[in-house]
Amino acid sequence: MCLAIPGRVKKIFNDHTAEIEIGGIIKRASLDLIPKVEVGEYVLLHAGFAIEVINQIEALKIFEAWEGKID
Amino acid sequence: MKYIDEYRDKRIAQNILQKINIISKKKVNLMEVCGTHTVAIFRNDIKKILPTNINLISGPGCPVCVTPVSHIDEIISLSRKEDFIITTFGDMIRIPGSTSTLEKEKTNSADIRIVYSTLDALKIAQNNPSQEVIFMGVGFETTSPTIASAILKAQEGKINNFSVLSVAKIMPPVMKALLESKEVNIDGFICPGHVSAIIGSQPFNFIAAQYGVPCVICGFEPLDILEGIYMLINQIENDKAEVEIQYKRVVKPEGNRIALERINEVFKVVDSNWRGIGNIHHSGLEIKDKYNQHNARRFKVEIEETKEPRGCRCGEVLRGIIIPPECPLFGEICTPEDPQGACMVSSEGTCAAYYKYSRGRPCVCP
Ligand code: SF4
Repeated sequence: MCLAIPGRVKKIFNDHTAEIEIGGIIKRASLDLIPKVEVGEYVLLHAGFAIEVINQIEALKIFEAWEGKID
Repeated sequence: MKYIDEYRDKRIAQNILQKINIISKKKVNLMEVCGTHTVAIFRNDIKKILPTNINLISGPGCPVCVTPVSHIDEIISLSRKEDFIITTFGDMIRIPGSTSTLEKEKTNSADIRIVYSTLDALKIAQNNPSQEVIFMGVGFETTSPTIASAILKAQEGKINNFSVLSVAKIMPPVMKALLESKEVNIDGFICPGHVSAIIGSQPFNFIAAQYGVPCVICGFEPLDILEGIYMLINQIENDKAEVEIQYKRVVKPEGNRIALERINEVFKVVDSNWRGIGNIHHSGLEIKDKYNQHNARRFKVEIEETKEPRGCRCGEVLRGIIIPPECPLFGEICTPEDPQGACMVSSEGTCAAYYKYSRGRPCVCP
């Protein structure tokens, strides 16, 4: 039930909601629980709310750490 | 899909797995306390690919499964009231109460509606001003800020016919209760990634400091889980006990400040009853008096005497003492089509995950 899915912010509306694209599907979500977010950023969506903005720099570290580590 | 597909890279998974094999010497039990982890571990066959000395145990990670029968009976009683609409996440409607389920009440003409979000429930309240709309507030810290946000919106918009029956629960106290009970030996916790997105890593510090049990907050894709297991094994083999964050792209040590503010504004921490585990000190959330207008407990209902499903061993499953196939009802009398206990109903229940992913294949049990 704590499932949350990453999606890309497409459009931000005045009522603090946004259109989020998840694998080609557009969902409307509340931005009430996160600080300012920009169009193009990725957020984590849970039960109709964006619950966190995905940190793009941290997201790459796993590949840097393990790419070609053992061969 | 970005932030999903790349974390399923087989080559990198092999690299991590190989490293786990190299460093892992001790026989260990690692417990995951999030139902989404349980499902991800089964779906990706992670138990099978790990060295045999690493045993993964599922804990009380599904909020639907840990909701006690008495709370199901409470929402069922509310659903029988005239002019009441019950809104709930889908997983709840088939959970057996003492003598009924929300699904059965629906066929008996109760107005029960499945929603995807608390905001959908709020909309139903706005569209039905002459009826009382109750939302079944089940969830851990991932979901409770979304419930709090809906209550704040209802207060602000004077949507007085919107109420929540709060059965929300907090994760760290149940982990403490499991450690205190000493029923299972837990050498490390795979901590819940999305609960931690809200609460951060700090609330787990006492587990490492007081109980000497390593914790790693993990994401949900195969590479996340494997890297998290590697980090745990690395701590265990080096006799360390710390709280580490593997899921750094989402989780900050301090958590999500805004979401925490919403929770603290609306809820107070109370003792809470967990199915199969019992009452746990300061492990639940109740709506503060100042938001009483939106607390469904202001409606007085009679709740029937609690009857636990006969023979169901959910409690032991939730505490990690037995695995589902050890329950005599598993797969015979208890199936997802005809579930006897909550752990078989919810898709994130351990019994449902075992049933779905181990049937017709060699058993993946340890
Ligand atoms: S298999 Fe069914 S009856 Fe047995 S513990 Fe799981 S939910 Fe309960």
